Amino acid sequence: MWDVIKHGLEHNSLVTAFALVGVIMWISAILSKRLTRGRVHGSAIAIVIGLVLAWVGGTLSGGQKGLADLTLFSGIGLMGGAMLRDFAIVATAFEVQATEARKAGMIGAVALLLGTVLPFIVGAAVAWAFGYRDAVSVTTIGAGAVTYIVGPVTGAAIGATSDVVALSIATGLIKAIMVMVFTPAASRLMGLDNPRSAMVFGGLAGTVSGVTAGLAATDRRLVPYGALTATFHTGLGCLLAPSLFFFCVRGLIG
Amino acid sequence: MIVYGVALLAICTLAGVIIGDFLGVLLGVQSNVGGVGIAMIFLICARLYMHKHGSMSHTTKETELGVSFWGCMYIPIVVAMAAQQNVVTALHGGPVALIGAIGSVLVCGFAITVISRSHKGEPLPAEPIEPLPEKSIELNITAAPVGGR
Repeated sequence: MWDVIKHGLEHNSLVTAFALVGVIMWISAILSKRLTRGRVHGSAIAIVIGLVLAWVGGTLSGGQKGLADLTLFSGIGLMGGAMLRDFAIVATAFEVQATEARKAGMIGAVALLLGTVLPFIVGAAVAWAFGYRDAVSVTTIGAGAVTYIVGPVTGAAIGATSDVVALSIATGLIKAIMVMVFTPAASRLMGLDNPRSAMVFGGLAGTVSGVTAGLAATDRRLVPYGALTATFHTGLGCLLAPSLFFFCVRGLIG
Repeated sequence: MIVYGVALLAICTLAGVIIGDFLGVLLGVQSNVGGVGIAMIFLICARLYMHKHGSMSHTTKETELGVSFWGCMYIPIVVAMAAQQNVVTALHGGPVALIGAIGSVLVCGFAITVISRSHKGEPLPAEPIEPLPEKSIELNITAAPVGGR
């Protein structure tokens, strides 16, 4: 009996994922209404549930892709993968007011540059404080603080050891998760209620996943503005970290 | 035809991602540089063009439906994305990863606060003017207990 059901679900993995995510969103909407009286956005709760499920899936399977490593939920991997994610982010641009985006262009670029330099300095300083003294490790961990893609790309480019690369990925992942979870709570403090500040946020907070999930849980209409700058974040990080930043770190600590 | 919208979205996405990959190769970076952002700019231009030529026609409206469906699917896709993050590795990173992440989030959050307060933008209009199905349900809910009391 269970085998037949399981077979059916596994063979329609993407459809199973749609159903599962729908149920998660429904439960989150109820929790948001009952427990927080709508103060915490349903999407924010759904994202946290997703992260918890990712932890459960990763623990059960020992894999790296959270819930998607369980064959029953492999459709989650397709639904939440880079392909559909990028497709849906681009679609949100349909609601962008071109004039607003253009007005914030310059400040967005400044935010983007700051968003690469500041986390790198913090990450590198923490690595130094914990006893890493070689330029390669310090640069790789600093790059991980930019985004979890910049870390391994930089590590591969300058020849870091695998445990340092893993550490840099972990730094970037925790950062992305923190941005996803805490953005709705800090949105008022950060003045996150207009397209311009969303673009500043996208440039500074980094990682398309963290930024867009955080904004989605704050105000869905701000997502495209944040994504517009965040999308350049990883590219800029991959450009600067293994080159300019590495030379600076090497110059400073030999 | 709704599929026109989906195809338009697909073409913009593909063009943006391919250009982003090209930029990455040109700059000698092992990553896509701004692919999604470039795709978004294409789509914004396509919409502006559509509104200039033959706006409000039936085809234009259906084309927009094909795009906006995927825009609305964005949050569920983000939930699926959250469900496949490598949370186990992140939690096993130890103090360096944790402190590095917290530190950079705090520093960036401070910078965002400073910039967005010193260069204030126009807030988006309040929700009821541009009602989304999800939001309007919430509004009803918040209104209900007040009436009950």
